[in-house]
Amino acid sequence: MLNSSKVVGLPLPRIDGPLKVTGRAPYAAEHFAPGMLQGYALCSTIATGRIAEIDTSEAERMPGVVKIYTHENRPKAARRDEKWKDEVAVPGHPLRPLENDRILYDGQPVALVVAESFEAARDAAALIRVRYEAGEPHTDLFREQANSYVPPVLRAKDMAPPSPRGNAEAAFAQAPHQISAEYSIEGEYHNPIELFGTTAIPAEDGSLMIHDKSQGSQNSHDTICKIFGLNPDKVTVRNSFVGGAFGSGLRPKHQLFFAVMAALDLKRPVKVEMSRSEMFYLTWRPSCIQTVSLAADEQGRLQSVMHHALEATSRYEDYQENVVNWSGLAYKCDNVTMSYEIAKLDVSTPGDMRAPGAATGITALEAAMDELAYEVGMDPLELRVINFVHRDQNQDKEITSKALHACYREGAARFGWSERSHEPRSMREGNELIGWGVATGIWEAQMSPAEARVSLSAEGKVVVSAAASDIGTGTYTILGQLAAETLGVALSEVAVEIGDSRLPTTSVEGGSWTAASSGTAVQVAGRMIIATLLKHARKMDNSPFAKATEDQVELSDGRLVLEANHQLGVAVSDIMGEAGLTVIEEHAKVEPDKAIQKKYSAYTHSVVFVEVRVDEELGQVRVTRVVDAVAAGRILNPKTARSQVLGGVVMGIGMALEEEGMVDHRTGRIMNHNIAEYHVPVHADIEDIEVIFVDEDDDKASPIGVKGLGEIGILGVAAAVSNAIFHATGSRIRSFPITIDKILESETMQ
Amino acid sequence: MRHFSYTRAETVSDAVEALASDPQAQILAGGTNLVDLMKYEVMRPAAIIDINRLPLRDIEDLPNGGLRIGALASNSAVAYDERVKERYPLLSSAILAGASPQLRNAATSGGNLLQRTRCYYFYDPATPCNKREPGSGCGAIGGVNRIHAILGASDHCIATHPSDMCVALAALSAVVEVEGPDGRHDIPFAEFHRLPGDHPERDNTLGQGEIVTAIRLEGNHFASHHTYLKLRDRRSYAFALVSVAAAMEVADDKIVELRVALGGVAHKPWRDFLAEAEFAGEAVDEVTFRRIAQRLLTGAKGQGQNDFKIPLAEKAIVRALRQAASGRPQDQAVKAIQ
Repeated sequence: MLNSSKVVGLPLPRIDGPLKVTGRAPYAAEHFAPGMLQGYALCSTIATGRIAEIDTSEAERMPGVVKIYTHENRPKAARRDEKWKDEVAVPGHPLRPLENDRILYDGQPVALVVAESFEAARDAAALIRVRYEAGEPHTDLFREQANSYVPPVLRAKDMAPPSPRGNAEAAFAQAPHQISAEYSIEGEYHNPIELFGTTAIPAEDGSLMIHDKSQGSQNSHDTICKIFGLNPDKVTVRNSFVGGAFGSGLRPKHQLFFAVMAALDLKRPVKVEMSRSEMFYLTWRPSCIQTVSLAADEQGRLQSVMHHALEATSRYEDYQENVVNWSGLAYKCDNVTMSYEIAKLDVSTPGDMRAPGAATGITALEAAMDELAYEVGMDPLELRVINFVHRDQNQDKEITSKALHACYREGAARFGWSERSHEPRSMREGNELIGWGVATGIWEAQMSPAEARVSLSAEGKVVVSAAASDIGTGTYTILGQLAAETLGVALSEVAVEIGDSRLPTTSVEGGSWTAASSGTAVQVAGRMIIATLLKHARKMDNSPFAKATEDQVELSDGRLVLEANHQLGVAVSDIMGEAGLTVIEEHAKVEPDKAIQKKYSAYTHSVVFVEVRVDEELGQVRVTRVVDAVAAGRILNPKTARSQVLGGVVMGIGMALEEEGMVDHRTGRIMNHNIAEYHVPVHADIEDIEVIFVDEDDDKASPIGVKGLGEIGILGVAAAVSNAIFHATGSRIRSFPITIDKILESETMQ
Repeated sequence: MRHFSYTRAETVSDAVEALASDPQAQILAGGTNLVDLMKYEVMRPAAIIDINRLPLRDIEDLPNGGLRIGALASNSAVAYDERVKERYPLLSSAILAGASPQLRNAATSGGNLLQRTRCYYFYDPATPCNKREPGSGCGAIGGVNRIHAILGASDHCIATHPSDMCVALAALSAVVEVEGPDGRHDIPFAEFHRLPGDHPERDNTLGQGEIVTAIRLEGNHFASHHTYLKLRDRRSYAFALVSVAAAMEVADDKIVELRVALGGVAHKPWRDFLAEAEFAGEAVDEVTFRRIAQRLLTGAKGQGQNDFKIPLAEKAIVRALRQAASGRPQDQAVKAIQ
């Protein structure tokens, strides 16, 4: 843990903010080089089948077209799956663009046009004639339920649901209160503002500079080097700025392959940027059908939890996420059964999308908990309080910290939950029924191995370097804060270099682990600098540090001082001058503490309170108030932290009410593949949202006390909205998103 | 996008001549819809005639108290014009229910009349669409059709007209001023847009070479009893699932004149003159409102996913009539439905 708070914990504005708001932060597709070409991908319009014929002759005559690549002339690339598997690949055969004539999903790239201008490339692509032999598409998860299976190869060893404990079926049958319901969620499609883009710039010395929209420059680097057999030392991938990603940028996308392929083949700089509609065929939160059965005794204590989920995956890979496991650890229960299956559809491989798995599973669990509260006749918050558990029953481990009671208490007080009347349809104003709903959120507090390099100059300038990414989360700022605090300098004295594959090794930015992991590495490197300074200071004449240990000193205002007595110290410049140094640089490598991991699980928790107002006749829903109380350990920067949770809540409102890919199952095509018709919340949809961070000390989740915030904001929101809609209208709507048609067709709105 | 020639018209007759001489030409005004459609390869004009220099931007007073709105007056200019707000508040309200401030600043009045449907299949050249490619079929029938028509559709097309502004203009019985190779003439608003029938590729009744020069508003302003009520999937920046422009003249708690136009339900802003006339003299009350709603929706037919629009439209009409009768029109800045 950090001992003092001078920079860390302050609500500081982002250090990269001025660059971004003045347009000086270049994104992947905003880099230019002399003679640069533009690539544009043509995508399939069938969901399954093969390309019988592809005619590029007319397109090739378009002025400005340099080359058109199809499966008939694609340059050589690796063939083995292993070469195509990136750091976060899932079991199966990764898609190799333009490898053959087979079509596995609607929107699969079938050609790349490279031209002197974007317009020429795009317009030529429209002139390519493709004759398909289309097969019969299977894209409706409901119709493929009979073909579901347990993934034979796990994506990760903790992906499988834990073995059943107790006897859930027997306990369910015997319990006085039971509910059992099916919940479905339509597929959601990533649409961060920044489109996927890659600029690949070859140099005369055979090196290659690549700017890629990615959540991990080193993941893109290692994967593309394997695919093309490139010398890793000659290739650099940068992702200096990322315009939102939410998980979509974890795995490299086809535009990276295309840009590098064309740059190597044509020996010219090439840029490939996707169109908005291409974004709908990449990485999506899979459609899911879940059944949740809960039983409780007369006092509302959980007797049985059964949760089954079926999710969509593609023909070529077995995407998996942790949907059901949350139901085994959210509340105290001794009889639990969880199961997870997938079914193959003619779609692109789903991928991680903010709180992958949890956003889906917790929506069903927390909606079911609300149903159980009404079955028992109990306040929904009270039901959660009495089933609180301070242990990970799935893994039979202790929990590092769980300030969820404080979330319940402070959130309820701020929201005014005690004023709620229990009966549905019992609160109204004007034409609107008012409903209040609540749900709990959980996410893993993870730490991944990470490295960082920190340097301190004699003048007090600090440079932090790591291949970490800032996907809009505030990584630049919090790493700067941690370095500034550890080395006792102002944040303005710190330069942060991230987003470059040449920098110290860092995992992809995902899973909410970056702050805990890279943050710890920066702090450790900072402490190493202090240790080095101490070593040199001890050798000085009349050193006040002769007997001091590393734990007893710190840096303050450019001086190495004794923590207990700041009067006793030596200027850093003097220490370095005496030692003949101008700069001290240290490289730290950190990883999770295995001894702690063996004994403890670490989770972030939240509770979301939501008020909806539903027009009694017309079924229009407004989310008028949200209070999200979060226990996430130490908050490094309340401003960027709050922004993350606000964004998560907004995304959760979209999940509850708006987001869905509308697929024409006759053709397997997503028909609303643009952001005019694929709805996400607009400003008018968002009213009051309040974020509370409760105090939570945790010295085990990560050495710096941080648990991560990227995912927790979305969790519980969709369930809380649906629970509030029930409270307002008296109707349970178990199909997400809850659109106006479903409300109008519900029993109490007839 | 296909290559096209670009001409800037300096006079209305230039524009008419250029348009009349080239069946592949399209008029460019605000460009908020046409340019998108060209990028999607939905519309592939060989020639673009830019009319933004034509003197059609003014909103003029008419001697009879009406207004003539130039075809190039922006949606924002019309919505915020003091005379429009005072005399035709229904029109101002409907415009502000649509699009976004940025789009309203660029989009023109004439262009609003001529905007194309938002049918998913029309927008996607990889799918069949009789409106885009006559004879290719209708993908929406039996497909994804929750936003589609419940009134006046044909076996060839179930698309809807997406405008909010036009729903108000229909209710106000506006007149469209047109200039073409044969000179100028007026088209009553109800006759401007068409139902799809066997020719869904034709959205309106403009002849070859004709351009819209102005929209004229005359007669009853319905400033005291009107409303524009729009229901959609999110609170802004979404097309209407159902919208209602309601206006009435009331005396002694009885309907003197009734106007109801519906948006989001048909290939054109939907009005039923016969039905409206039947309610003259009826009491201004809930029973009448329900009867009006049912009468207006006679013959409504769902396509499966859009079946909910029929009860939604019925309820929306009743609510809109209640708002209009009480003199409390929907405030587009208020998020709750009043």
